[in-house]
Amino acid sequence: MSVQQISVFLENKPGTLKKMTGVLASHGIDLRATSLAETKDFGIARLIVDDALEAVSTLKEHDFVASLTPVLAIEIPDEAGGLDKLLDKFTDESVNIEYMYAFPGGRNTDRACMIFRVADTKAAEARLTGAGVKVLTQEEISNI
Amino acid sequence: MEHYYQPEIECAPYEEIRKIQSEKLVKQVKHVWDNVPYYRKKMEEKGVTPDDIKSVDDLHKLPFLSKADLRETYPDGLLAVPKDDVVRIHSTSGTTGKRVVAYYTQNDIDLWEDCCARAIMAAGGTNEDVVQVSYGYGLFTGGAGLHGGSHKVGSLTIPMSSGNTDRQIMFIKDLNATILCCTPSYAAYLGERMQEMGYGPDDIPLKAGIFGAEAWSEEMRQSIQKTMGIKAFDIYGLTELSGPGVAFECSAQQGMHINEDHFIAEIIDPDTGEVLPEGEQGELVFTAIDKEAFPMIRYRTKDICRLSREKCSCGRTHVRMAKPMGRSDDMLIIRGVNVFPSEIETVLLNNGYAANYQIVVDRVNNTDTLDVQVEMTPEMFNDNVGEVEERQKKLMADLKSMLGIKAKVSLLAPKSIARSEGKAVRVIDKRKI
Repeated sequence: MSVQQISVFLENKPGTLKKMTGVLASHGIDLRATSLAETKDFGIARLIVDDALEAVSTLKEHDFVASLTPVLAIEIPDEAGGLDKLLDKFTDESVNIEYMYAFPGGRNTDRACMIFRVADTKAAEARLTGAGVKVLTQEEISNI
Repeated sequence: MEHYYQPEIECAPYEEIRKIQSEKLVKQVKHVWDNVPYYRKKMEEKGVTPDDIKSVDDLHKLPFLSKADLRETYPDGLLAVPKDDVVRIHSTSGTTGKRVVAYYTQNDIDLWEDCCARAIMAAGGTNEDVVQVSYGYGLFTGGAGLHGGSHKVGSLTIPMSSGNTDRQIMFIKDLNATILCCTPSYAAYLGERMQEMGYGPDDIPLKAGIFGAEAWSEEMRQSIQKTMGIKAFDIYGLTELSGPGVAFECSAQQGMHINEDHFIAEIIDPDTGEVLPEGEQGELVFTAIDKEAFPMIRYRTKDICRLSREKCSCGRTHVRMAKPMGRSDDMLIIRGVNVFPSEIETVLLNNGYAANYQIVVDRVNNTDTLDVQVEMTPEMFNDNVGEVEERQKKLMADLKSMLGIKAKVSLLAPKSIARSEGKAVRVIDKRKI
């Protein structure tokens, strides 16, 4: 089961990111992970939250352009070589990564969670699961 | 079925129209000679007297009037009747310099409203229609002109004026408005708001729109037609000549018929003032041959377009003018190149962006810069940075090939560009020249 990431268009000027976090905060939406992709002219914020659908509709109501993107969330041990071992599986299964970011495992401090964006989420998930990798569900992410 | 307000004149043979024009012109030149010292002096300087004007063929002998003359004679130097006979004034929006005050006798108002009635019927309107007039009322001619035209047709007229967008939509729905009259930029905004409220084309009772008072592109027409499920018709006019209704579109949507029984149109070379053969592109010049209070002879509009006398499928015989690219007042000169905002609009809509844009011109280190700012839309957004950048690059390439100069493209957050309820402010020119 893939996880829904929210992608938000951000105009390149001071205060835009703060306006977005302000909207999320006032609606009690809890951020699990964030990443910011930026170009010279604009940015895209990528968010993992406790309630993705609620977050998207809230952002749209406040005149943000936001969309849902399926990504894979995978837990790894928070130790040297943890990510490297996981990426072995990606290599073995020829799964190409478009982008990746990490967040700590919350209460479970010896674990970390990696978010992967791949071209074909379903196919990648099937292959990685077959190779023994545990892919987190939306529910598991929400409960972290 | 094509509807006409005055079919006998709208579909009259050209020879007949030409005859009417000649008779009225001779009379009008005498009227002006006798009553407008300012224009009489211009004629004397050119060595022309009313005796030299025997038909439309002599029109070219007369001196031009321009905006500069209107400024010089402000507020009433061109008034041709005693003030007792004047029943109303209107005034320009003053977007380009000093306001122009135009005067009307009751007869002037009647003929103007006839012109607007022709436009409404050409858009399919009859006395069974409900016409919502969302042009501004007041000094601006838009509201009053279409309001009067709608009365003449016998349509139920909703005098909305502009503003309060949600109430506009409520009235359209609750009163079953079938024809909407406003500026194209306000129509686009109304369409956007209707979509937000969850109304599709089938939920909106409108069947037609009559949109004018600013330059708009064919692509914008297509977009408005789709959003509201209507046919969108262009209408043309100037306060100096009466207001909207100098020319209007018919069912063919291929150029606007000029009301030639009231206005004689010429196309001239804007640099030399020479009259160009019909069909060539140049500056549009009008002579108002019926106006009593504020008669305009050879008034230079600064609008660049061409005329066509090709037979029209609607049956009207009056000459058609192509959509002007915009007043030459709207034209920007950037790095020595002529740029019309409507050209930029065409490129934006062709690339899938909405008609919410702003053009910022500045001068940095003695070089003009052009920044086209457009709002991001859900359709154009993608989680993939590369794809969004590709689209931005394609837009820049298309702008370059349309304009001939390089433009920067800035993607803005939705709703960050102010929506217009009347004439849209598209251009911000920060250059200090």
